[in-house]
Amino acid sequence: MSDDAPTNDGQRFDRLPATAEERAVEGRATRAEVLEWWDERFGVDPAVFDEYSFWERGSGKVWALRGEEPTPVEVEGLGITFLRTRQEHWKPTLSAVQRFGHHASENVIALDDDQAATFVAGEDQDLAWDGDWGYLIVTREIAGEHEPLGVGLYVYDELRSVVPKGRRRDL
Amino acid sequence: MSVLERYEPLVDDFEAFRAACERPLPSVVRVNTIRTTPERASAALEAEGIPVERVGWHDALLRLPEDQPGANWPYVHGWLHGQEEVSAVPAAVLDPDPGERVWDSCAAPGSKTTQLAALLDDTGRVVATDDNIGRISALRSNAERLGVTNTAITHEDARNHSLKPFGGEGYDRALVDVPCSCEGTIRKNPDTLEDWSLEHVHGIAGAQKGILRRAVQVTREGGTIVYSTCTFAPEENEAVLDYVLDEEDCRVVDYELSLDHADGVTAWDDEEYDPQVARAKRIYPHHNDTGGFFCAKLEVTG
Repeated sequence: MSDDAPTNDGQRFDRLPATAEERAVEGRATRAEVLEWWDERFGVDPAVFDEYSFWERGSGKVWALRGEEPTPVEVEGLGITFLRTRQEHWKPTLSAVQRFGHHASENVIALDDDQAATFVAGEDQDLAWDGDWGYLIVTREIAGEHEPLGVGLYVYDELRSVVPKGRRRDL
Repeated sequence: MSVLERYEPLVDDFEAFRAACERPLPSVVRVNTIRTTPERASAALEAEGIPVERVGWHDALLRLPEDQPGANWPYVHGWLHGQEEVSAVPAAVLDPDPGERVWDSCAAPGSKTTQLAALLDDTGRVVATDDNIGRISALRSNAERLGVTNTAITHEDARNHSLKPFGGEGYDRALVDVPCSCEGTIRKNPDTLEDWSLEHVHGIAGAQKGILRRAVQVTREGGTIVYSTCTFAPEENEAVLDYVLDEEDCRVVDYELSLDHADGVTAWDDEEYDPQVARAKRIYPHHNDTGGFFCAKLEVTG
């Protein structure tokens, strides 16, 4: 990579390239990869995101915006934080999971109220899980349906809460 | 209470007004309709043993007479936002339609921004501006928590709001809910009048005029603007409208509001205002057992 190759600029939002062929910034995720990841990991139909554009600001931090804007955009916020890329295991954000998690069909773990309270308090817990290790969408029953609550990391027979400190609650 | 006494000539029942100002406010939440319905949110609260009263004039507002907004499951799911009842008035009056572009000129901490996003069904675009980076952080976290995906946040002085980040595109509607002397929040913040001074009122009125002017300039002809404050001071309310009516192409229009209220005042302190300002509405705390508020609806005519 030469010195004048485009790089990620932490002060502005750059739209993700549609595909690897269009990628100008080293290491930047593509829209195609983002859609494929949500489909493979959680079974979310890519059509769910038809009306969304995806943007990187801050290394690996991908944001989801309803609709389009001309790229780049120099603002303080653009939609919600959505996905952490540029690391071996991509990680969905709590906001993304609460907003889009009801479209997921795989790697979703339903907790009862006691387990959910442990989870939102930010505590890890031993739980049985037959599926893959990795990031799971955690749900809880409210008003008659299971609704997404946040992101858990399942490894070594335990569900680790990765609820950010500011979003933890003692219920 | 000497500050409030200056409004005695304006208020219909001054004793009731003063008594209401001394009572604490009921706890109210707005249901985040991006995520759920008022019916499901009420059911979820009641299932936790939290009593809920629906607010008559606004479907998505719930009074929680025995509870605080932030410590229950519906809140953790991003279904609720603590928001005082009158604070939900201006976005409801602006009433944007899905797909529209809306500017929220003084947006932090984002109660009204996220309400606008919900009224748009999280479509179109809200551009939410604030000049205080610390408060922008609160705005961003509220928008995140409620799952608002149609909003862009800018850090700038609203008087110089730039359309450049968005390719120069203007707005269908604008909400101008300006910083003010906040007398109407006295039930929430009993010490809010301690720093009150007429000098501050006049100073902040200058900023309010500049922000409302910018909103008229960036909103399309035929577009709608709502100007609101939580102060009773005519200097920050009708006088600001009177000034902008002279300087920019716009008019004050009437609107329906099913909360008790008084009309805007057309004279104050030896000054007379454009008669159009009577179409603005003043909500006093004793009218509906809420905070105090001022809200005007304008149409851009040029």
